[in-house]
Amino acid sequence: MNVMAATTEVSGGQQVLTSVLFLTFVAITLGITIKASRATKTAADFYAGGRSFSGIQNGVAIGGDYMSAASFLGIAGIIALFGYDGFLYSIGFLVAWLVALLLVAELMRNSGKYTMGDVLAFRMRQRPVRAAAGVSTIVVSIFYLLAQMVGAGALVALLLGVSSQTAKNLTIVAVGILMIFYVTVGGMKGTTYIQIVKALLLMTGASLLTLMVMFKFGWNLSELLGTAAEKSGKGKAFLEPGGRFGKDIVDAAGNPDARATLYSKLDLVSLGFALVLGTAGLPHILIRFYTVPTARAARKSVVWGIWIIGSFYLMTLALGFGAAAIVGPEEIIAQDPAGNTAAPQLARAIGEDFFGTTGGTIMLAFIASVAFATILAVVAGLTLASSSSVAHDIYANYVHHGDAPEGQEVKVARISAFVIGAVAIVLSIFAQKLNVAFLVALAFAVAASGNLPAILYSLFWRRFNTTGAVSAIYGGLLSALILVIFSPVVSGKAAVDGKSPSLVTDPGIDFHWFPLDNPGLVSIPLGFFFGWLGTVLSKEHNEYKAAELEVRSLTGVGMEKAADH
Amino acid sequence: MSTDRNQQESERLVAVQQSDEFAELRKRFRAFAFPMTIVFLGWYLLYVLASGYARDFMGTELLGNINVGYVFGLLQFASTFLIAWLYERHMDNKVDPLAARIRADLEGGDHR
Repeated sequence: MNVMAATTEVSGGQQVLTSVLFLTFVAITLGITIKASRATKTAADFYAGGRSFSGIQNGVAIGGDYMSAASFLGIAGIIALFGYDGFLYSIGFLVAWLVALLLVAELMRNSGKYTMGDVLAFRMRQRPVRAAAGVSTIVVSIFYLLAQMVGAGALVALLLGVSSQTAKNLTIVAVGILMIFYVTVGGMKGTTYIQIVKALLLMTGASLLTLMVMFKFGWNLSELLGTAAEKSGKGKAFLEPGGRFGKDIVDAAGNPDARATLYSKLDLVSLGFALVLGTAGLPHILIRFYTVPTARAARKSVVWGIWIIGSFYLMTLALGFGAAAIVGPEEIIAQDPAGNTAAPQLARAIGEDFFGTTGGTIMLAFIASVAFATILAVVAGLTLASSSSVAHDIYANYVHHGDAPEGQEVKVARISAFVIGAVAIVLSIFAQKLNVAFLVALAFAVAASGNLPAILYSLFWRRFNTTGAVSAIYGGLLSALILVIFSPVVSGKAAVDGKSPSLVTDPGIDFHWFPLDNPGLVSIPLGFFFGWLGTVLSKEHNEYKAAELEVRSLTGVGMEKAADH
Repeated sequence: MSTDRNQQESERLVAVQQSDEFAELRKRFRAFAFPMTIVFLGWYLLYVLASGYARDFMGTELLGNINVGYVFGLLQFASTFLIAWLYERHMDNKVDPLAARIRADLEGGDHR
């Protein structure tokens, strides 16, 4: 990171300002958490925020939970460095919400209580399905959590201008302690308010940058694109698909390599599938539907979420191409080869452009704090989802057969949040040297391959049974995991300067046989197949429970009511 | 949760599930949600495939530097917003009243 000092030295004033804004955000969120803790008395309060949030509030919170640092910094960075292809992520992440809206959100609100496992186990034998749902929730959430926390360490250190390893470790520990505090003390109520604050901050920051970029280019998108293409050094190709995904590959002799090209293009399609089908299987997103009083409010909240998330992803075009046009790829790569600092660098450059050096300092500090808020809110949501599942699915329903006292269950949820947080801190510190960015895509792939088939079969296929649910979850989960382990993500990518960009950096070690980075294209159909196979191999069929789930999911009869406060 | 429901109530729910009114409710929900899911997934897949296999088409410039790829991508945003709005309207007007009626019938019988 010594290059950093040469390119964008972080001034003392900026360091102070960024720190002050960071601490202000932390102080506000701690206040919210403590206030929320006073209103958190029952299990429904802790797990589902008392089910008393309005559709709009939850819609904004959905945006907060969903728009991670990978969306904000990651997509802006990919567009800034690779051009058009970053846009593919934006579109996949957005269209995915229609799956959640049309097929999952309302039916889930009507038939579940606290976790994804509630719906999956509704008409099944409880213990096996609860265990599978718990395992899958924890795996997906931990993958996602690790990617976010490792990113946080590098990013905050970069934005504060401290590059020592100790500073990064301390950042990870601080982020971990904060998220544990938010979840154990504030529960879903506190976490939801934090998501709302974060979403508003993120939208403000992104809008401000977008307006400034568009103003600079005379509100002319074509001119922005043209300047970005010119500055990228790649010309028109920068504005077309193929900069990063689905490349046409030539071999060392310069001849087209048909097989490598095919794999590269299939990888793009595979990624597209995981993005669009993963969202409706992410546990931390699914539990959001329980925080509103009715299915109608759940519907409203997803529609609001779609507007907010869609507007945000539209703005990533201005952020990414703005960073390419104004900052330029060389400076971005000098600071972070993955491009994650493109948006903060854009903030500084355009702030200076409009208001001089002080303006640049203020804009950078503001956007850096927004990025920090983004990470903190998302990790809190993930910790909440996984600890809820440990307490409700594993402890109360698997271990205690549904007979655990409510107070005890919430206590276990709080302890789990603490343990999961501590584990995440330790794993993140050790994972720092690894390239863990792939974990977000993997979390989506597991959610799409294991959780989504089980959820859809549960809601729409009467014949579906315990064996089917368990087969779908474990089958999809393991398919995705095994394919990734034996993919170029883990070993066997062609070495650059003697080091492979795979997880195993030694180019001498290569045990990959699956050609794609993204397993979705194979693992998602496998998840659906295992779910079907398990079902037909078992004779179990509970007609009463199937009827009950169907009537409840569509009419809302007998659903969990909002708390009276 | 549901485990304390007695047999009688389960039978009532089965009766409701097999009623014409409930069949109509299910039909109204599925008649919108299922075909629309196929439409938007197909439309999205077309976009992904075009990004991978129809590069020349996607790179055709329409307005200055704005090529087919951006217009196609922006249309994905537009269609997502449109489908969300249509779905909300359909559910509010065609499904909610019927669901509320069935729920009222069921819950009215509980003497709550």
